[in-house]
Amino acid sequence: MTHLNSFNTPQTLYQKIWQRHLVSHQAEDAPAVLYIDRHLVHEVTSPQAFAGIQQRGLRLRRPDLTFATMDHSIPTLNQQSTWPDAQAAQQVAQLVENCKIFGVPLFGLDSVHQGIVHVMGPELGLTLPGSTIVCGDSHTATHGAFGALAFGIGTSEIEHVFATQCLLQFPSKTMAIEVSGQLPLGVSAKDLILAIIARIGVGGGTGYVLEYRGEAVRALSMEGRMTLCNMSIEAGARAGLIAPDDTTFHYLSGRPYAPQGKQWEDALSSWKQLPSDPDAVFDTTVHLNANTLEPMVTYGTNPEMALGISQSVPDPRQVADSQSRQGLEEALQYMGLTPGQPLVHQPVDVVFIGSCTNGRLEDLRAAAAIAREQRVAEGVRALVVPGSQQVKRQAEAEGLDEVFKRAGFEWREPGCSMCIAMNGDMVSPGQVCASTSNRNFKGRQGPGSRTLLMSPAMAAAAAVHGRLVDIRQDFSQSVLAAVASQGG
Amino acid sequence: MPEPVTYLEGTAAPLERNHVDTDQIIPARFLKGTVKQGLGACLFYDWRYRPNGPHAEPDLDPDFVLNQPAYAQAPFLVAGHNFGCGSSREHAPWALKDYGFQAILAISFADIFCNNALKNRLLPVALPEPVIRTLFLDLQSQPQQQRIQIEVDAQRVTFVPALSDGTETVAFALNPFWKTCLLKGVDEVGYTLSQADAIDAYETAQLPAWMIPPTLPASIAQ
Ligand code: SF4
Repeated sequence: MTHLNSFNTPQTLYQKIWQRHLVSHQAEDAPAVLYIDRHLVHEVTSPQAFAGIQQRGLRLRRPDLTFATMDHSIPTLNQQSTWPDAQAAQQVAQLVENCKIFGVPLFGLDSVHQGIVHVMGPELGLTLPGSTIVCGDSHTATHGAFGALAFGIGTSEIEHVFATQCLLQFPSKTMAIEVSGQLPLGVSAKDLILAIIARIGVGGGTGYVLEYRGEAVRALSMEGRMTLCNMSIEAGARAGLIAPDDTTFHYLSGRPYAPQGKQWEDALSSWKQLPSDPDAVFDTTVHLNANTLEPMVTYGTNPEMALGISQSVPDPRQVADSQSRQGLEEALQYMGLTPGQPLVHQPVDVVFIGSCTNGRLEDLRAAAAIAREQRVAEGVRALVVPGSQQVKRQAEAEGLDEVFKRAGFEWREPGCSMCIAMNGDMVSPGQVCASTSNRNFKGRQGPGSRTLLMSPAMAAAAAVHGRLVDIRQDFSQSVLAAVASQGG
Repeated sequence: MPEPVTYLEGTAAPLERNHVDTDQIIPARFLKGTVKQGLGACLFYDWRYRPNGPHAEPDLDPDFVLNQPAYAQAPFLVAGHNFGCGSSREHAPWALKDYGFQAILAISFADIFCNNALKNRLLPVALPEPVIRTLFLDLQSQPQQQRIQIEVDAQRVTFVPALSDGTETVAFALNPFWKTCLLKGVDEVGYTLSQADAIDAYETAQLPAWMIPPTLPASIAQ
C-alpha cells in the first residue's frame, strides 16, 4: 500500500486517511466509496437500520468491525430493576435482540465496559489512528482525537454500512485551527472548544473537517483532546482531527482491542506517517492564542453564544443586524437573562457533570478537586454521571465517589442522562442548569430547561456556590493546580 | 426502490428562524421508538404545543406558524441559516416527511441533516438569502397565493414575488449523484452492493491486519 498520492503533493491528515480508505475513487457524477473500519452502534438510531437489513434479507458484512452499547435512554438509577419507561426498555431489548441475530458484540448493562459510546470506544482501544469510524450519533467526532476520521451518520447510512461496510462520500474542505500558547490555570479543553465555536460560529465548520493543531493542542491529554474534538459538530463540522503522537500511542498501548506484538509495531509505523505534511495546504486557517483565554460559559441557546466568565450578557440593542438582534433577544428571553448582567453571580438550580464531552475520569477528577471538602449549595440539585462503567469503577477506586457524595452530589450509573434527557434525568421548565455537556439548545435537558455549558471544574464550582463563579478567583492556586493536573 | 422525485409544487410555511436544530425539529424524548412511521405527530412538538402542567394535555400554540390554517397543508417549509444543525437523528427528516413536507427551502443546511434529508427524498433546497427573505415576506402577507414550483432536473425554483409582475426563477445546487438518485429513485445500498468486487479487493489488499480487532475472551468482553 502506498501512502503517497500519485502527484506526491503534500497532504493533510484528513487527505491521508481519505486516500487510505478509497474503495473506489470519486468520479464526476459518483461519490467515492469509502471503507469504514469501525461501526459503533447504540439503541436509539439503530433499530430501523437493523429492520432495513432484515427486510432486504441481508446480513451484516462485517459484524467483527461493529460494536454496540446502550447509553442514550437507559436509567442511571436502578439499571437492573424494572424500568419506569416501557418504550425505552423495549428499544434496549430490541438492541439486545438485534445484536444476537446479527452477531454484533454488545457491551450491555451487564458488561463492565458499558458506557456512552464515545467514552467506551477509546477506552477499549477500538478507536485507532488513521481509521474511519462512524456511529449514528453526531458526537462521533470525539474519536478524531486519535487521528481517526470519525463522523456521525443517519440511520439510512447505518443500514448502508451494515450492508456494505462502506459509505458514499464526497471529500470535505479542510480547516486548520491553530492554537498557540498555553492554557492558563483554570482554563481547560472545554473552555478552548467553547472559545473556538464562539469564534467560528455554529455554522462556521459546515462542509469542513477541522484539524486542531499547535502547542496548546499538543499539550492536551487524550481526554482533553476528546473534549475538543467532541464539539466539532457544534461548529457545524462533521469531524475534527488531532494528529496522533506519543500521547496517543501511550494511551492506546495495552488496551483490550489495540493491536499487539508485531501488529502494534506495524500499526505504529503506519500511524507515524499520518500527521499533515509540513507544507500541506488547508482551505482555511483560524488562529487562537491560548494564553488569552478564560473559563467560558454559554449564555444563549446555541453553543456559539459563549463568553469568558468575566464578561457580561450582551445587549441586543448593540447588535446591528436585525436578524441577529432578534435571535439574541429571543435567546435571552428563553434563558431568563438580562442584557448587561455579569455572568458571575448567575444562580443555578441544577448541575450536571457527565456526557461524552466531559464524563471521563480526568473530568471527574477536576470536578472532585473543586468539590473536595465543600458542600453543594442549598437548593441545588447536582448530579455526577460517569461516562462509562470503567470510568465509574476507576473513580470509585480513587474515592472520588465519596468526595462527591460527601459534598451532596448524586453519584449515578453511566449513561447519557441529563445531556439529552431521554431517560427521565431532566431539568424542570425554567430551571437553570450548569452543564458539562455539549448542547444548550432549547429544551435539550427537558422542556423549558435552560442550559449553561461549561467545564467540569466550573460546573462543580457552580454547584458549591449555587451560582456561577470565576474559579480563578474563588479557589486557591493549589486547588486550581489540582484541577489542571487532572486535565479538566 | 425509492420513489423518484422530479417535480414538486405547492405553498410554503415560513419559519423565520436561523439554526433550527434537530432538538426543535423532534425533541429527544420522542426518539424511543423502533420504527420510522408516525413521527409527524412529534414534529416541532415544543413549538406547536404549550405545556399545561405535567398531567394535562398540552394546548396548541396558535402563534406557531404550522398551527395557522393558512399554512396547514403546505408541502414546503422555508427557513433561515443552518437548518437542521445538531444531532444526526434521521428522525428529523422522518418527522418532517411524515408531517407532509416534501422540501425545505433555506439559506443553508447543516451537513448531516442535508444527507439524511436526501436519503428520505425530502429535498433540501438552498437559496440565496434575498430570495428567502422575499419568500418570508410574501408568505406572511399572502400565504395562499404563493405557489412554488421546484424542478429537480432543471435545478430551479419558480415563484411569483408579490411585488413584481413576472415570475422569479432561481437556480439551486444539487450534487449530480444525488440528482440521479432523486430522478431515478436509485437505492444507494443496492448501488454500493453492486461494487462488491471492489470492496472485496480492498479488504484483501488494503485493510491492514492491525485494523482487525482481536476476538476477546468472554471474560474481558464482559
Ligand atoms: S452524552 Fe449526550 S451528546 Fe454524548 S452521545 Fe450521549 S446524548 Fe449524545
